[in-house]
Amino acid sequence: MKNKPFSMQVNLDDFIPASPEDKEYLSKMRPSSTFFKDGVKRLLKNKVAATSAFFIIVITISSILIPFFWPYEYEEMLGVTQGGFVDSSYSNLKPFEYGETEQQKIENGEKVFPHIFGTDNHGRDYFIRVVYGTRISLAVGFFASIIVLLLGVTIGSVAGYFGEKIDLIIMRIVDIIYSLPDMLVIILLSVVLKQTLNLEGTFLQAIGGNIISMLIVFGLLYWVSMSRLIRGQILSLREQEYILSAKANGAKASRIIRKHLIPNCISVVIISTCLQIPNAIFTESFLSFMGLGVNAPMPSLGSLASDALNGIYSYPHRLVIPAIVICLIVLSLNLFGDGLRDAFDPKLKH
Amino acid sequence: MHNKSPLIEVKNLKKYFDINVGMFRSKPLKAVDGVSFSINKGETLGLVGESGCGKTTVGRTILHLYTPTDGEIWYNGKQIKNKTDIREFRKKATMVFQDPYSSLDPRMTVSDIIGEPLDINKMYSSKKERRERILELMNHVGLNSEHASRYAHEFSGGQRQRIGIARSLAVNPDFIVCDEPVSALDVSIQAQVINMFEDLQQKLGLTYLFIAHDLLVVRHISDRIAVMYLGKIVELADAAEIYERPLHPYSKALLSAVPVPDPKLARTNNRIMLSGDIPSPLNAPSGCPFRTRCEYATEQCALEPPEFKQVSKGHFVACHKVEEINS
Repeated sequence: MKNKPFSMQVNLDDFIPASPEDKEYLSKMRPSSTFFKDGVKRLLKNKVAATSAFFIIVITISSILIPFFWPYEYEEMLGVTQGGFVDSSYSNLKPFEYGETEQQKIENGEKVFPHIFGTDNHGRDYFIRVVYGTRISLAVGFFASIIVLLLGVTIGSVAGYFGEKIDLIIMRIVDIIYSLPDMLVIILLSVVLKQTLNLEGTFLQAIGGNIISMLIVFGLLYWVSMSRLIRGQILSLREQEYILSAKANGAKASRIIRKHLIPNCISVVIISTCLQIPNAIFTESFLSFMGLGVNAPMPSLGSLASDALNGIYSYPHRLVIPAIVICLIVLSLNLFGDGLRDAFDPKLKH
Repeated sequence: MHNKSPLIEVKNLKKYFDINVGMFRSKPLKAVDGVSFSINKGETLGLVGESGCGKTTVGRTILHLYTPTDGEIWYNGKQIKNKTDIREFRKKATMVFQDPYSSLDPRMTVSDIIGEPLDINKMYSSKKERRERILELMNHVGLNSEHASRYAHEFSGGQRQRIGIARSLAVNPDFIVCDEPVSALDVSIQAQVINMFEDLQQKLGLTYLFIAHDLLVVRHISDRIAVMYLGKIVELADAAEIYERPLHPYSKALLSAVPVPDPKLARTNNRIMLSGDIPSPLNAPSGCPFRTRCEYATEQCALEPPEFKQVSKGHFVACHKVEEINS
């Protein structure tokens, strides 16, 4: 039936009874979709975030696996043989160049694994050093964010849930920590901890006291922003009726925080942890660059860049390579974190 | 149908909230100011009043979700005083909430929501027992067992409210505070849920405190009704009695506002219009709280608060002028 323009007549086609198929369609149960599944779906649709995630995974896996089958070691000085002379032809090789003894081997028809990025001034294979540096940087970033995550979430949720006096005290401590200059505290603390932490003979010695102190400093300083974030979330969540219902059923505070509050702000937690990692990597690189990072001969991306400064005119690739790796890691983590936020933050949903 | 022993007794219950006025000064907000009533076993007490009169606070204070400022709460002849009492009491008294959207955790499956009281009170010995109990509860409230692994956001308002009711039944309570359980639902669903409340009451012998502002719903489900105004109960009587013979001027006005589903009748209905707004509970009027809007108010009403007295059997009114008005 055709309606006249401007007439108030009702279109009778809208009132035809539903056919059995229509009813079937409406009553059919659609497969259950959780918040998490939805988020992952949205994340994978975001090309930039998916590529960054792929990058992160590739870099992480290769930094873990490559040292197992690479023929050179990160502290191995190729020109030095036990009891022999130092063969200086191995030092400062350009990419894909070989030392003297290696040249002879190649001439004899033997295969020699190439030095992809050349060697440094001590004759150490530069590629494996970059791989180890990446490993250290990623590990620092990862563990630092875990420490921040644990401390921040615990303290933030306690402050948010209990409120009043406890909240007031915790938030004033947070304000104080906020007002300290980060870098100064990190530098001071790593100097102090270097003296006081006694790591001789423990397995932590290889990584060095500096890294440990850096992790401690991260734990001490960077939980504040995380805990503020969590506190804000929990302040709004705890007014929900399901929290009241849990209380009415006799749930204890710890249960309410664990089972209701934290699961409901987990997306915020994941996102801000993800954005915390590049922050930690940057700080680590900066400190290593300043000479406060890992102990030699262990490399990190920052210390590699710092060492490269001496020969910057002759061997610029030694500075460029670790810098590019830092950029790639930090950029992809940031983009991935952004993608996570877009995918999981319900407030940004379109 | 129900015997006469009171299950819940509330004596002179008060709940004041401290509200900050100015920088360092705070003022008590008298949300509930001296409320007394008792509910017999198997009975439903309806609690009505306009928004902000303290109905919800009464319900929550009875369950000690808010610590009462003053007054006593007795359950089964035993006063609820310390933490152990409260813990035991909460296994016997539960609550159904108003908003079916915010009262269910969006991150939990239905079976976890319903099973939560069981988990908290460790009321099962094996996973299988827990599951069976949850399915039994879902069956009670008319939910499909396939729904157990779904999340709350996949359900309609009525179904969500059923989930909430199943949760409140999980611990096998005797007493349920229903805090406006149907006001967020549309009318056809309201009827279903109300009927379910009645069925459950008969099946499980429950006692309800039914808080609502929909007078028709309250009349349908309640045995007795209490009318609240500004933190005080102004009238308490049997449901039929209060509808036919309201004595307090506020109850009269409230009941005259009930919509009549017949336009002809509605036109002839004499609606009592109250002037003014409900006063803020921060500066409640002296004496009778209703005097600022009451057409019968005299000087006596401003000077002394009216006594909550029995005028006929089981019919209590708090009004100085009750005889004059109703003679």
